[in-house]
Amino acid sequence: MPSTLTIQDLHVEVGGTPILKGVDLVLRQGEIHALMGPNGSGKSTLAYALVGHPKYEITRGAVDLDGTDVLALDANERARLGLFLAFQYPVTIPGVKVADFLRHAISNVRNPERKEGEELISMREFRKELRTNMEALGMEAEFARRYLNEGFSGGEKKRMEILQLAMLKPRFAFLDETDSGLDTDAVKVVSEGVNRLAGPEMGVLIITHHERLLEFNRPQYTHVMLAGRIVETGGADLAHEVHEQGYAEVRERHPEEAAEQAVLGREEVPATV
Amino acid sequence: MATDVVTKSEIGIGDYRYGFHDPTDKYAFISRKGLDREIVAQISEMKGEPAWMRDLRLKSLDIFFEKPMPNWGGDLSHLDFQDIYYYVRASDRQEKSWDEVPEDIRRTYDRLGIPEAEKKYLSGVKAQYESEVVYGSLQEDLAKQGVIFTDTDSALREHQDLLREYFATVIPPSDNKFAALNTAVWSGGSFIYVPKGVAIEFPLQAYFRINTENMGQFERTLIIVDEGASVHYVEGCTAPTYTTESLHSAVVEILVKRGGRCRYTTIQNWSSNVYNLVTKRAMAYRDALMEWVDGNLGSQLTMKYPAVYLMEPGARGETLSIAFAGKGQHQDAGAKMVHVAPHTSSRIVSKSISKDGGRASYRGLVKVVDGAKHCKSNVVCDALILDSASRSDTYPYIEVAEDDVAIEHEASVSKIAEEQLFYLMSRGLSEAEASAMIVTGFIEPLVKELPMEYAVEMNRLIELQMEGSVG
Repeated sequence: MPSTLTIQDLHVEVGGTPILKGVDLVLRQGEIHALMGPNGSGKSTLAYALVGHPKYEITRGAVDLDGTDVLALDANERARLGLFLAFQYPVTIPGVKVADFLRHAISNVRNPERKEGEELISMREFRKELRTNMEALGMEAEFARRYLNEGFSGGEKKRMEILQLAMLKPRFAFLDETDSGLDTDAVKVVSEGVNRLAGPEMGVLIITHHERLLEFNRPQYTHVMLAGRIVETGGADLAHEVHEQGYAEVRERHPEEAAEQAVLGREEVPATV
Repeated sequence: MATDVVTKSEIGIGDYRYGFHDPTDKYAFISRKGLDREIVAQISEMKGEPAWMRDLRLKSLDIFFEKPMPNWGGDLSHLDFQDIYYYVRASDRQEKSWDEVPEDIRRTYDRLGIPEAEKKYLSGVKAQYESEVVYGSLQEDLAKQGVIFTDTDSALREHQDLLREYFATVIPPSDNKFAALNTAVWSGGSFIYVPKGVAIEFPLQAYFRINTENMGQFERTLIIVDEGASVHYVEGCTAPTYTTESLHSAVVEILVKRGGRCRYTTIQNWSSNVYNLVTKRAMAYRDALMEWVDGNLGSQLTMKYPAVYLMEPGARGETLSIAFAGKGQHQDAGAKMVHVAPHTSSRIVSKSISKDGGRASYRGLVKVVDGAKHCKSNVVCDALILDSASRSDTYPYIEVAEDDVAIEHEASVSKIAEEQLFYLMSRGLSEAEASAMIVTGFIEPLVKELPMEYAVEMNRLIELQMEGSVG
């Protein structure tokens, strides 16, 4: 039976400022959802709150994965449960090699009961899998020995996120503007990567301003956010409409949220970047 | 008291792993507590030393009593010199086979993994237990080439001419209070002589173990690297966990002659009741290279600033130091580079980590004397502070008497970033594992300088320090 992630009436504050004001959303394994909305509407906030960033305070609502209360778990427990965020701005961790990091991550996610200091997955098995996935993403073997995101170009950072997605095989993946800041070729590599990984075993929520990623990964559902709420849900054609015409018509159909959104009107950047 | 200590170390989680201790009832000799001329004369007599050494000891004792306690660095107010055993001999003999070493002692070294390491990747080993070296080995081919690797007491008997020539010349007893103390009561330590042109491929290792409560360990090491020769010497140190203090106050003197190379690696992991007050100094002559790699993880207070005196043109000095200050610990560590000659260069890289209220200080001196033109020195110190209870300080001293020199100093202090922790945790790493990974990454540039086996050990020690400590 496919897993279901149910978000109910989710309210989130950052530093005392309410950002999400009642989000309802149901994701099932195997589905692709697009989440769109102007800057500051709360898209990234939703993604951060779902994976458990400590600065995102849940003030109301519930998130449930097949009967498990997701909000009661730490970030690492959520990862082990099968949630994954591809970061818009991945951080640099100096001195930590990509391969070491990934081997620890996989050992925990595949063996959720693992405690620190316990055995890691076999080096042989890990290397083989890493090599296969890196080749599929057109990454040089040397990449595995580099320090995590240190000196990476924008495109390399995004590829690194998709590599993690490929290795960790989450049940639900949230892609936060994975296509932003990339040239056409890089978008293609990332899009094809996501396309290959998304399947019956993975539910995907693609947060984007653009349609490029959606061309390769056609969503069954499109959601549009304004002022911290999902105001419309439709099919792939809604994404197309937003892409062609912007948010003008959506705003017209939802004047109250549009007015609230206009006040926000700021660039939506994670509070911590 | 012993039992709970043993249990804790055997679980090995979060705490000090080497805190176990052995019974002392079968010991060959334990001096009475305290320090005076009679004790010093007794040590010298028991060792059957020549008169010049006895006289040097007694003269040094006078200097020790005259010199005031240092009023800088760490808190030494709880250190009671009259409450210490200055000379403890666990065994009457030094053995060439581990099978001959008394069983209690051998078991200790087995638990520390020394015999195993010796088989795999060392050219020679000295194991010092309390005041005396209890085991020694050196590969036969090295001995044939004229390499001497022995304990300093044996060296005084067998190579008296070399000791008379060099002993206490790099660090005279008048240098500082603790150098005077060591010169008065020294026992054990390593003596190494590498003849001209001989390159020793694998490291020589010494392992220092304190077992008795309130014990003072005062090993004295002298290394002479002759022209064009090279050696890598490694020392490790541990002690049991007691509630009262022990004192480790070593003196290490090194001479690296023309074109020679010496690397001295320390991985100090004393238990948190040990005062570790050590003077280490090398003199590097024309085109010689002296490198100190200094890892300080344990002790209550460490004050240690390995020094290189760059005596002739072309000499290079380098210190890489890692300090980890946990709960109740103060690591006051750094380096000294003294440019005595022109065209000499030095580099200091220091990384410190403080956590659970620990305090890590970098204290370093770069000195260029009058006439030492065209010198270069580069100092980089980075500190990582893991929580708000912990502290880091930097005390860089620069004394330059010449204009025509290039001195660079960079320092950075960072707190463990919440975003880095979150990123790793969002990939399934527990908070402790994520912190350990960030710390391991922080010291990676230094750890990769260590021989592989020690790099693994260093990372393992850091992980142990981090385990169970968060949340």
